[in-house]
Amino acid sequence: MSDAREQRPEFVRKSLETAFGVVEKPLTPWERLYNIGALRKSVLLVALAAIWQLYAQQLDNPLLFPTFGATLQALWEGIVSGGLLGKAWTSIKVLLMGYGAGLAIAAVLTAAAITSRVGTDLLETLTSMFNPLPAIALLPLALIWFGLGNGSIVFVLIHSVLWAVALNTHSGFLAVSSTLRMVGRNYGLTGLSYVAKILIPAAFPSILSGLKIGWAFAWRTLIAAELVFGVSSGSGGLGWYIYENKNELEIPSVFAGLFTVILVGLAVENLVFRNIELRTVRRWGMQH
Amino acid sequence: MGGTPGSAPLLDVRGVTLQYKTRDHLVTATYRVDFEVQRSDRFVLLGPSGCGKSTLLKAVGGYLSPVEGSISLKGRPIARPGPDRVMVFQEFDQLLPWKTVRQNVVFALESSGRLRGREAADKAMQYIEKVKLQKFADSYPHTLSGGMKQRVALARGMAMEPDILLMDEPFAALDALTRRKMQEELLQLWEGTRFTVLFVTHSIPEALLIGNRILLLSPHPGRVKAELNSDGGDAPDAQGRKLSERIHALLFADQIEEEAAHV
Repeated sequence: MSDAREQRPEFVRKSLETAFGVVEKPLTPWERLYNIGALRKSVLLVALAAIWQLYAQQLDNPLLFPTFGATLQALWEGIVSGGLLGKAWTSIKVLLMGYGAGLAIAAVLTAAAITSRVGTDLLETLTSMFNPLPAIALLPLALIWFGLGNGSIVFVLIHSVLWAVALNTHSGFLAVSSTLRMVGRNYGLTGLSYVAKILIPAAFPSILSGLKIGWAFAWRTLIAAELVFGVSSGSGGLGWYIYENKNELEIPSVFAGLFTVILVGLAVENLVFRNIELRTVRRWGMQH
Repeated sequence: MGGTPGSAPLLDVRGVTLQYKTRDHLVTATYRVDFEVQRSDRFVLLGPSGCGKSTLLKAVGGYLSPVEGSISLKGRPIARPGPDRVMVFQEFDQLLPWKTVRQNVVFALESSGRLRGREAADKAMQYIEKVKLQKFADSYPHTLSGGMKQRVALARGMAMEPDILLMDEPFAALDALTRRKMQEELLQLWEGTRFTVLFVTHSIPEALLIGNRILLLSPHPGRVKAELNSDGGDAPDAQGRKLSERIHALLFADQIEEEAAHV
C-alpha cells in the first residue's frame, strides 16, 4: 500500500494545452431572445388574450363575458369619447394626495420610532392594531367625519398606505448593520444627517418595498372606495366608471374599466418603481 | 511602561475597565488595562477571543466609555466617535454600497468636514491610487473582491489622515493568500507615511508581522499579560527563544491555568 504511493512519479508541465477551442462563445439568437424578460412576459400575455378570446367566442354571451376584441374596442371608445382617461386621472389625483399624505405621516411616525423608545412602542402598537384593518372598513366612519367628497377617500387612502410604509421603513432601519452605523458616527454624522446619509440609503430596499406595497394597497382601496361611494368625489373616477357601466349593462365597458385599473397598476410598477429599483438598489448590488 | 521616556504618548489608556450588557449578563470585557501608543507606532492588541481586544478598540473609537479609568488622545479624553480616530472594520459592509469607491472616500472627507468639493475629490483619488484601485474608482463596492473592499476601507481611513487608525481584524475575513498580500501592502503604506495604527488581531503571525509593539491580553476579562517589542522578523531573545514561542508560551500558560481551575 505504501509502496504504491511512493511509486507515483511527480510531473510538471512545460507548456499547457491550447486546443480547447473558444473560452467564451456567444449565445445563440434563440437563447438571447429567451433571456429578455419583457419578451417572455409579452408572449404569455398574448397567449392569455388568445385563450380569453377563444373562450368568450365559444361562450357567446357578451353580457356575462365579452370577448377580448370587444373589450379592446370598448377601451378604445372609452378613451376617445367616454372620458376614460379623465376618469383615470381623477382617480390618480386623489390617489397621489392620499399617498403623499400617508408617506408624510409615515415619515413622522418612523422618525419618532428611531429617536425614542416610546416612539418605537407607539409605532409597533399602532401598526399591529391598524395594519390588519381593511381600509375600506373605515369608509362609513370617514363619511360621517369628512362627508361625501375627496376628504373621506383621502382618509382611507392614508390608512391603507401609512402602516405598510411605516412598518417596512422601520424594520429596514432596524436591519441596518451595526458596522455601517459605526462608520456613519465615525465620520461625525449625527441626528438628521445621520438618518439621511446612512439610515435611509442603507434601508432603501425595505423602504422601496414599503412604497410598492403602499402603492398597491392604495390603488385597490381607491377603486373599491369609488365603487361604493364613487359619486362622492365629484366627477367620479375609475371605480365609478365601472359601477356606472355595470348599471347600464355595458359589460365590455366594465371590462375596459377593469383593464384600465390593471394597466395603470402595471405602468406604475414597471415604469416608476422598476426604474427607481434599477437606478438604486440593483445598481448598488443591494438587491438582485 | 513602553515608549520613549519624556515624550507624551499619542494615545494613553489608563486602568481601563470596560463592561457591556447582554440580555442576561453584565460582562466585564477588560479589567484595568494600561497601555500607551506613541506616534508612528504599529501597536497590536493580541489575544484569544474573549480578551476584550475589539471592545477595547471600540472604546478608543469612542463607541463606549470605560466604567473605570481613562482613555485620552493627545491629552484630551475621548468622549464620542470622531474623525480623528478612524476605524477600519473586518466586515466588508463597512463601505457604503450606494456609493462608488471614490464617493466612499469623498463621503468620509466631506461628512467629517475635513475637505470639500474639488479638494476632497483630489485627496480621495490620491489615496485610491496608493492602494492601486484607480481603475475601480467609479465601481460600486459589490463589484469588488473582498481584498479590494478592504483596500478601499483602508484608503478611506488613510485619506482622513487621522491621528490614529484603528483596525479591527481587518484581514480576518480574507483568504490566506490575499491576507498575506494585504499585510505586506499595509506595511508598505506605513513606510510611506508612518501613520499610527492600533491593530487588533488574534493571529500571532499577523501580530509579529504588523506590529512593532504587541500588547498581549489574557481572556475573561481582558487583562494585560505582557507588552513585547517586535521587529517583524520573529527574532530570538537572549535565551534563544523566538518571539512567537514566547507569545505561545504566555497564551498557552493561561489556558493550562484555566483548565486546572476548572478541574
